Amino acid sequence: MLQILSPSGDVDSAGLPDLSSERMVELYRSMLTVRTMDTRMLALQRQGRIGFYGTCKGQEAATVGSGAAMTADDWVFPALREGAVLLMRGYPLEKVMGQLVGCSLDPTHGRQMPCHFSSREHNFVTLSSVIGTQISQAMGAAWASKIKGDGNAVIGYMGDGATSSTDFHCALTFAAVHKVPCVFFCQNNQWAISVPFEKQTASDGIAGKAPAYGLPGVQVDGNDVLAVYAATKEAAERARNGDGPTLIEAVTFRLEGHSSSDDPTRYRDEAVVAEWRARDPIARFRNFLELEGLVTEALDCDIQDEVKASVDAAIVVAEKAPPPEIDTLFTDVYAQVPHLLKEQRDDLLAHEHSDRENEGAFPL
Amino acid sequence: MPELTMVQAVNHALRDEMRADDEVVVLGEDVGLNGGVFRCTADLFEEFGEDRVIDTPLSESGIIGAAIGMAMYGLRPVPEIQFSDFIWPAFDQITSELAKMRYRSAGQFTCPLVIRTPYGGGIRGGHYHSQSPEAYFTHTPGLVVVVPSDPYDAKGLLRSAIQSEDPVLFLEPKRIYRSPKMEVPDDDYTVEIGKAAVRREGTDFTITCYGAMVPVALEACKKAAEKGWEGEVLDLRTLLPLDTDALIDSVTKTGRMLVLQEAPKFCGYGSELCAIVAEKAIDVLEAPIKRVAGFDVPFPYTLEHVYMPHADRVLRGIEEMMDY
Ligand SMILES: Cc1ncc(C[n+]2csc(CCOP(=O)(O)OP(=O)(O)O)c2C)c(N)n1
Repeated sequence: MLQILSPSGDVDSAGLPDLSSERMVELYRSMLTVRTMDTRMLALQRQGRIGFYGTCKGQEAATVGSGAAMTADDWVFPALREGAVLLMRGYPLEKVMGQLVGCSLDPTHGRQMPCHFSSREHNFVTLSSVIGTQISQAMGAAWASKIKGDGNAVIGYMGDGATSSTDFHCALTFAAVHKVPCVFFCQNNQWAISVPFEKQTASDGIAGKAPAYGLPGVQVDGNDVLAVYAATKEAAERARNGDGPTLIEAVTFRLEGHSSSDDPTRYRDEAVVAEWRARDPIARFRNFLELEGLVTEALDCDIQDEVKASVDAAIVVAEKAPPPEIDTLFTDVYAQVPHLLKEQRDDLLAHEHSDRENEGAFPL
Repeated sequence: MPELTMVQAVNHALRDEMRADDEVVVLGEDVGLNGGVFRCTADLFEEFGEDRVIDTPLSESGIIGAAIGMAMYGLRPVPEIQFSDFIWPAFDQITSELAKMRYRSAGQFTCPLVIRTPYGGGIRGGHYHSQSPEAYFTHTPGLVVVVPSDPYDAKGLLRSAIQSEDPVLFLEPKRIYRSPKMEVPDDDYTVEIGKAAVRREGTDFTITCYGAMVPVALEACKKAAEKGWEGEVLDLRTLLPLDTDALIDSVTKTGRMLVLQEAPKFCGYGSELCAIVAEKAIDVLEAPIKRVAGFDVPFPYTLEHVYMPHADRVLRGIEEMMDY
């Protein structure tokens, strides 16, 4: 397993990726941002202010390290826990909050559940809740990039559960045959809701599946942001050089419940969670940055305060914004609103008020 | 008699059938130790063990394919699809395989199994935790499609489904999973598949409905009664095979039909009801049939309360029919 920063603080200096001090601190800031957001949003969900939330907690190194290794032109096909990658591409926090709240600030008009972001401008593809579907789509987009010869690469994210889906099989099969420039990035967080990794597959890891499909598989310490960065960077370069796809397995752990609807105490042992909490990816990176003199305690406090302030400010803005217009129910189903749908819309607008009440929380 | 939610009623039906018949097994995502994300399989793992309450890898086509193989080989599997919105990877197994097994083997191989799956909106689930997929399946000969609307029926119908020799798609309206509660007997009663139920008697119009739209229809009828119109509510309970007699009887009695469904309107299940009434009883109609349904758009998140048919929208439909 590829590792640069060990849990005990050792550093494999030879393996250190070529990242400037500023970039390193940026990565740290991104990891903190997503952690802060996760904590706040989970609290908001508990207060009934948003309907649902799925955290990245414990997986910040895997998400941020891989996201940073791709260029802005590379397309991202995310799963549930990769919102941080969109933020790293410069997407405004207010719009992220707008999506989470489901208000008119969300460019997708509150049509989807929270955590389903989308930005064409940032090459961050709209995701569905349907596990696995994005894997073969990422392969197809990468294939198109190859046909067009534009020199880009595509990253497709998935959880360990998603590797049991049909799309995983198709995507790897096609990608290897046609040598498409795709990085398949599996966040092996050990759980698919309540199903532990060993009930998901009897295979010794996910990376080991790759050779059978005819592509290289790399297993990396998913709590080591520098190792994740290095592995993803190399895979993206292989893709760009015409050497085809790579499957990366980031070995990490889901520290929270599957989502705000889940109660993990029903099915997993707190002792295992505690073991992984001790391997916290953010603490590990901060430790390294402090040793290198890139982050001091004072700077760390400043960053944390800034991040908290900007998250809180974005929440205020999003919660003040009005809900989406009722008309947005009917647009974008087709390029033009068809006549039968126009009838339905006009009838609704003549009668409906948007202030009917909603109902309680359910497991999603 | 204990008061149960629909979730508990489903749970008891599974438990009782598993106690009565060793060949009944449950499989799906998170159905084991976790007891299902909605708790429908709670405590089954503890009572029946991991050979009969099986957590599967994340593959719906795998779950249904496995269940088909098990059923052909002599088990009575009750696979769970966690949300009906995730049933599509298994669509091929259900429509090409499950539905045709008896026919293509001339009865040599059969698949007595029940696919349980929560469906429908009203829980802020957005596009992929809210849809009503019944029409895709009622268009498939060989399947039985059942939708309970209260805890009593949920238990009785599920027990019938598990005992049935035909494959059943059992759609559970999750909006009414946890309320209301009602008294559900502990004995092994069943509710017959293929029989509709009149939930409210009336003389002026009929509302056809099922699942979570039944309480909406009843509420609309209450409002209509204030205007002096008495509505009849026909809860279909089994969508395929349809209780055609109950439908025609009710419409013949009232002379007006409002078809209520949560799914998008165009080519929805209700359209078939309109066609059957048009074929068999058009001469009894005193007003054009009225459809109240979801809009022909993907199921929304923030605006779901606008999307879902509610009593006031149904009442508008009733007014149109009565004022015709
Ligand atoms: C096709 C499909 N089946 C089932 C579900 C319900 N579901 C949502 S998330 C999930 C587990 C996903 O696990 P994994 O792929 O490991 O990703 P993680 O959530 O752990 O990041 C399940 C079963 C779904 N969304 N889509």
